[in-house]
Amino acid sequence: MKTIEVKELTKYYKTNKALDCLNFTIEPGKIYGLLGRNGAGKTTLLNLMTGRIFPTEGEIRIDGENVHENDKVLGSIFYMTEKNLYPVEERVKNIFKWSRRFYPKFDMEYARDLADKFGLDTNKKVKNLSTGYTSIFKAVTALASNADIMLFDEPVLGLDANHRDMLYKELLANYAQNPRTIIISTHLIEEVARVLEEVIIIKEGKLIVKSPVEELLACSYTATGEASKIDKYIEGRKYTGIEQTGNLKSVIVLEDIKERNTGLAKELGIDFSKTELQKLFISLTN
Amino acid sequence: MLIDFNSEKPIYLQLAEAIEDNILKGIFQEETQIISTTEISVKYKINSATAGKGVNVLVDEGILYKKRGVGMFVSTGARERILKKRRKDFLQDFILPLMDEAFKLGISKEEIIGMIEGRKEI
Repeated sequence: MKTIEVKELTKYYKTNKALDCLNFTIEPGKIYGLLGRNGAGKTTLLNLMTGRIFPTEGEIRIDGENVHENDKVLGSIFYMTEKNLYPVEERVKNIFKWSRRFYPKFDMEYARDLADKFGLDTNKKVKNLSTGYTSIFKAVTALASNADIMLFDEPVLGLDANHRDMLYKELLANYAQNPRTIIISTHLIEEVARVLEEVIIIKEGKLIVKSPVEELLACSYTATGEASKIDKYIEGRKYTGIEQTGNLKSVIVLEDIKERNTGLAKELGIDFSKTELQKLFISLTN
Repeated sequence: MLIDFNSEKPIYLQLAEAIEDNILKGIFQEETQIISTTEISVKYKINSATAGKGVNVLVDEGILYKKRGVGMFVSTGARERILKKRRKDFLQDFILPLMDEAFKLGISKEEIIGMIEGRKEI
């Protein structure tokens, strides 16, 4: 099992600070969501984890070893990138064969089986695959790699609803059979929310949240009611994400669900509801 | 098994309740095997740790038990246990919200009783 330690990690692109002193540990055998707005630094972080670029300061260690030019460690990570890094003139089936050389645990039978399920023609050249099938091809290669750590950068890009559904299910089946560290970076938060065990949110290169999804959601709730009553309720409470339509107001109250004042809410005619991860994400990263 | 996931409760509790519902309805019979954590995870697209947590709640309450290497089974007396627990929660979960809603609509206690007895129209 592999622990990933991110220590005082800073990355500059010339004078542009992409990551700002990140410190956290990824525990082995969990599915993490890496969330952030465009340009927040998600891809930079994944690129650093796989040694594709070098940190300006700090380091990433996997099971105590620096990833920097470390073939042994890098051989245990599969990185499904958003960009296509495969030779485009090559046929899918040849890339499967080629992957086996880099990932000794690559499961050819499983790869073929998945390709079949998704209707991926392995005789096609990479350049002739549609956007959706390019994603499918990359995801299938990732799953079949059997690597201890799998990083997915926008894995469902261009996939229709049916294929997205299938991919999440295949991912979960793979994970249940062989628990490994999986990090999914995606903008489609709502549909992946229940797949994740923990979530990491970065904003402008800084870590703002690292928490189990359930705990994060239990630390806030949505209160909806008449504007003046809501104002009264949130007095002295921490809140975010105010939305108002006419006289109806809703806020995300940043307080433990258990702490909420149901008596006062009843008096004021306020309704409580669960905050969805996506809504919370929007308000935290705005 | 139907889980709507829109309720305010954590996912693992919703899963536990859905399993209980199936036991109450007789879809999952006592001393028979139910679907595995893996199957639950894949079918409902939830993290297997969440699925495991939901199942373990019922194991801790003696409603389900694990047979090593075989799977998850419904305990003898599970139905009775669930009934007892749910009856205890009936006031909190159903009657109080009903009274809140009635209060909002200006329906009196007598009118509610009337509705239950099917005699009065409001």
